Amino acid sequence: MTKPNETLENLLQQDYEHGFITDIESDTLPPGLNADTVRAISAKKNEPEFMLAWRLKAYEYWRHLTEPHWAHLKYGPIDYQAISYYSAPKVTEGPKDLSEVDPKLIETYNKLGIPLKEQEWLAGVAVDAVFDSISVATTFKDKLNEMGIIFCSFSDAVQNHPDLIQQYLGSVVPHTDNFFASLNAAVFSDGSFVYIPPGVRCPMELSTYFRINARSTGQFERTLIIADEGAYVSYLEGCTAPQRDENQLHAAVVELIALDKAQIKYSTVQNWYPGDENGVGGIYNFVTKRGECRGHHSKISWTQVETGSAITWKYPSVILKGDYSVGEFYSVALTNHHQQADTGTKMIHIGQHTKSTVIAKGISAGFAQNTYRGLIKVLAHADGAHNYTRCDSLLMGTHCGAHTFPHIESKNSRARIEHEASTSKISEDQLFYLAQRGIDTENAVSMIVNGFCKEVMKTLPMEFAVEARKLLGLSLEGSIG
Amino acid sequence: MLTIKNLQASIEDKAILKGIHLSIKPGEVHAIMGPNGSGKSTLANVLAGREEYQITAGTMHYQGIDLSTLTADERAHLGLFLSFQYPVEIPGVSNLYLLKSALNAKRKHMGLEEIDAIDFLSIVREKMKLLHMDDSYLYRDVNSGFSGGEKKRNEILQLLLLEPSLCILDETDSGLDIDALRIVAEGINLMRNEKRSILLITHYQRLLDYIKPDVVHILSEGKIVAEGDYTLATQLEAEGYEPFLQKKTGG
Ligand SMILES: Nc1ncnc2c1ncn2[C@@H]1O[C@H](COP(=O)(O)OP(=O)(O)O)[C@@H](O)[C@H]1O
Ligand SMILES: [Mg+2]
Repeated sequence: MTKPNETLENLLQQDYEHGFITDIESDTLPPGLNADTVRAISAKKNEPEFMLAWRLKAYEYWRHLTEPHWAHLKYGPIDYQAISYYSAPKVTEGPKDLSEVDPKLIETYNKLGIPLKEQEWLAGVAVDAVFDSISVATTFKDKLNEMGIIFCSFSDAVQNHPDLIQQYLGSVVPHTDNFFASLNAAVFSDGSFVYIPPGVRCPMELSTYFRINARSTGQFERTLIIADEGAYVSYLEGCTAPQRDENQLHAAVVELIALDKAQIKYSTVQNWYPGDENGVGGIYNFVTKRGECRGHHSKISWTQVETGSAITWKYPSVILKGDYSVGEFYSVALTNHHQQADTGTKMIHIGQHTKSTVIAKGISAGFAQNTYRGLIKVLAHADGAHNYTRCDSLLMGTHCGAHTFPHIESKNSRARIEHEASTSKISEDQLFYLAQRGIDTENAVSMIVNGFCKEVMKTLPMEFAVEARKLLGLSLEGSIG
Repeated sequence: MLTIKNLQASIEDKAILKGIHLSIKPGEVHAIMGPNGSGKSTLANVLAGREEYQITAGTMHYQGIDLSTLTADERAHLGLFLSFQYPVEIPGVSNLYLLKSALNAKRKHMGLEEIDAIDFLSIVREKMKLLHMDDSYLYRDVNSGFSGGEKKRNEILQLLLLEPSLCILDETDSGLDIDALRIVAEGINLMRNEKRSILLITHYQRLLDYIKPDVVHILSEGKIVAEGDYTLATQLEAEGYEPFLQKKTGG
């Protein structure tokens, strides 16, 4: 096995040969992507050989792919050679304190009721200035350790639990999965890792929020969550406060694995900067999220509330392999101004008596486009498979659009597949009724929209739900009247 | 005090209110009766600030303030309450949440703190008891799947909770059976005091048997064609609208 240092040396040689010089000591790789970039990333992270081999395979595969353009989205070409693929976490960049932060952002934080310390963290105020609360995170970690739960950064897991990584990495989202997933596999910088041992019920919601270095994981994140037999975990991703990021392109991968009788609940509230009213400067969010119900009677639930990004391309999916396994997808996608969202889910029924539920709520305002794209696939042996899908769209104004593309592929004639869809508008009658009760337009819209999304919101963990409610209201400010 | 002078309003260029004169003093109960389509709900909506209607002439003042300069929610904060003829359904929003939001909006306007959840429940339960409503109302979605009668009762619950100073009740009696009518009327009577003004819009005399108005106005084709005391309603019940409508064409 090659030692990391040897790889480094090889790399330096090769760099020279190709007239491409990488300054190994520097914190940031120059823009551009080739096999050497991949080697450099792996070397900087001191990764074992199997990781480098896997990254290189992914890069080779990606090199021959072309970017997909089938989603109902429009965006300018992305220059993959203009991106820098590695940037060491910097501690001192960013504003020194909140007085240096865009007042508009602070205003939003205040409306969401976010405490000062967290505001600093979110706005990118230097980490060491903020995290005197590290002790909180440590206490939390001790408790998890006692139960045998592993919850750490992906990099730490590669160093400390290489066997688990080798066993599970890419087993749900292979390096050949799709354009963005292959790119991620080649260059991902960091992310989260969770392992819940057999029979253990994780006693608290796991959130990246508690992982203090989470902010610097960058644009290519990778998350791997494994619930062993009979284990349970609820994981929260993202946060409701708007996050700004210099990186326009985000291509994350999330893999979930549930063994026999295990349950994983994955909740996301995503609020990337969506760009201004004219759609300038927003984030492109191309995410591959997939869970596999590998064991019998296992269950995976995705809940997502999406209000951010200029462009969202995201289909959290469940492969229902184990007999009697259950997949759920609850989604609220809100688009305003010039935002575009193309989201949905895939439920792949392989095992017998597998069951899936899809509830998708799309809200469009302004000039936004909101697309639901779903695939329900039932394989021949999946006797007793059952899917229920409902897509509801709510339109505000006349310039926005809602589209649904539900696809069904069933090879089992006894499978039960039900689909319902509706489109409605916020009515003047509702707004007038609420106004007559003294409730102003913004609160009225927020109330109606939250009512529309209730079924999804109630699947969110409590604290998250309260914030998400406020967020929906804020995202729609000024969209009516 | 509500003062309406020569109020004219139209919708989609169709004139509906054609010169209404009306004033209601604090403590008074006025009834507006009139055939279907005469403009009763239009008057209520225009007073409450529905924007689809254009006011083409005339004025309306409440407590000396020109209502046309205020939005619907501002009018609500001024103390104007409309019990809707057809209350809307709001899926996914619990009645409890609506009631609390409305009360808190009012409190905020008055410079008060948001009401404590426990205090709120005890107040709302007390009002619900008066209207013979059980707890399940609180947890159902606003008006969703409510029967006509349940919706009207729910409107009156909001009225009791918000304690407005000017109450406009648009056909609150329709859809109520006789027992419910009595209960709702008792609720409204509880609200009667020397400061509050009430405008009852109704089709039938039967509500007025429970809530005796000080003045009865008869509206026809956007104009008030007759005014009088309670006996006018009795006369109307006996003779129908026909004699009043003729009177209008005659004079
Ligand atoms: N939104 C509307 N659009 C068009 N016409 C309307 C609208 N609302 C009311 N009208 C018309 O205005 C007239 C008065 O209606 P309304 O005020 O509801 O009468 P009432 O309450 O006395 O039965 C009717 O001819 C009705 O058709
Ligand atoms: Mg009417």
